[in-house]
Amino acid sequence: MLELRSVSKEFAAHRAVANVSLRVERGEFFSLLGPSGCGKTTTLRMVAGFESPTSGEVWLNGSRIDHLAPYERNVNTVFQSYALFPHLTVRGNVEFGLKRKRVNGIDKRVAKVLEQVRLSGKESRLPSELSGGERQRVALARSLVLEPDVLLLDEPLSALDPLLRKQVRAELKDLQRRVGVAFLFVTHDQEEALAMSDRIAVMNGGLVEQVGTPQEIYQRPRTRFVASFLGAMNWVDGIGVRPECTRIARAGRRATVKRCVFLGPVVHVEARLENGETMTAQVAAGDARFSEGDGVYLAWDAADELRFE
Amino acid sequence: MTVTLGVPSAIILAYSFLSRGAYGGVEQPWTLEDFARLFDPLYGSIFLRSFGIAGAATILCIALGFPLALFIARSPRKNLYLSLVILPFWTSFLIRTYAWMFLLRDTGLINTTLAGLHVIREPLPLLYNDGAVLLGLVYGFLPFAVLPLYATLERMDKSLLEASADLGARPWETLARVTIPLCAPGIRAAAILVFVPCLGTYLTSDLLGGSKTILIGNLVQNQFTASRDWPFGAAASVALMIAAIGLLFAVRRRGEELL
Repeated sequence: MLELRSVSKEFAAHRAVANVSLRVERGEFFSLLGPSGCGKTTTLRMVAGFESPTSGEVWLNGSRIDHLAPYERNVNTVFQSYALFPHLTVRGNVEFGLKRKRVNGIDKRVAKVLEQVRLSGKESRLPSELSGGERQRVALARSLVLEPDVLLLDEPLSALDPLLRKQVRAELKDLQRRVGVAFLFVTHDQEEALAMSDRIAVMNGGLVEQVGTPQEIYQRPRTRFVASFLGAMNWVDGIGVRPECTRIARAGRRATVKRCVFLGPVVHVEARLENGETMTAQVAAGDARFSEGDGVYLAWDAADELRFE
Repeated sequence: MTVTLGVPSAIILAYSFLSRGAYGGVEQPWTLEDFARLFDPLYGSIFLRSFGIAGAATILCIALGFPLALFIARSPRKNLYLSLVILPFWTSFLIRTYAWMFLLRDTGLINTTLAGLHVIREPLPLLYNDGAVLLGLVYGFLPFAVLPLYATLERMDKSLLEASADLGARPWETLARVTIPLCAPGIRAAAILVFVPCLGTYLTSDLLGGSKTILIGNLVQNQFTASRDWPFGAAASVALMIAAIGLLFAVRRRGEELL
């Protein structure tokens, strides 16, 4: 479906994207995950057509599209700031693309998509009269109404307040299933990527470090970077162990408690090993009866150890 | 501010209701006669002509200024081009208008060059007509259009232009559907900044327009000098002020500040 073949992008002095190859399948929810400056947004912009690759090819449904202008590609973008046209109403924004394509039955398609994103009845509002969540849904509707092959989403949840964000996550995933359009979703939030994606590409320094399902990426990270970017990680003797796999036991590595961090359902007990390294063990909140200076034993299963070159 | 702006305006307003003195100046009694005289078809046509030329100059300034402002706003060398736009302000408008006379007159640079190249035999009538006045106004007030247009275009959220292209709009459709509509406040500001001074101009029409092109500004000037009819001159400038203020309110959008 959408395929990037050895795509690179160089700006004046630095390489933003280096030799990225990816395949997004029909109907797939695919995330590009990484810290800011890792090249994920530049990659998205090359698919949209706002940047052209320095080298490499972009293919969509069997045709090469990297030389096409944005208005010639059957992909649409939901921008981080939504980029709604402030001088047009909800209806004006949603029918903007349909009018450019001079299709028939605009009214019907607008009504249908507004119903899908639960905005029926708000057709004549201006973007300035909508809440953040409603604006985001207008941005979605405006793109989805054009029935793109791939919908590109550039951190679309980052402008929402944290409480709303988790709820919208589920709604967005739901909507994606219903409309069946492939999503290429850019985010720096690992929890977001894990919760929503069918597959994730973890990027760092312009490179794709690993592509896989959320489970694969989290449980079998291929690099140190992937391991520490997705969730907390203890590093001991060059081996990685996640805090939730680390227990306080009757026997094991001897350590001294430094502090306990209460997180609600669980407590993170930070302890210093005899060799000076610090590890965190995750214990149930009810079991946490440790204070600074207590001597404990830390243990984990060999199967939970993560090794990297 | 109130004193420097208010007192002269109040004096003009008071003069416009007084009678003409024998040797200039004003005398009692108070009268509305000078306003009544403005409705004479002779003066009506001067007002119409002034509105026409100022309107044409405004349209031309915006039509020429918009692409220029767009070019500057998207150029990596904005500051250089902006200073070039402002550069003419470093010399007097009077001298620059004289320079146009030297270019346009029968023995001016354009006509002598064309004659020298044997393109023309008789000099082209470039000076002392409405066209020359329009040219002078557009030349003089183009920066007043470019600057507010530039400021609006420069502030415009670039992601809106990307969104437009993303939704299938070709570059000219983005210009017509997004860039120009969003530039409306800049276009209004440019229109006011060009139209109002053009409406009251007397220098450009005096120098480039010859005797036939008399505008409101020239009418007012004549009343205070040659004709020595101060009350009528004051009445004409009060009428001009009312027209300009009325226009400001007409183009103002609801809830928007003037300019």
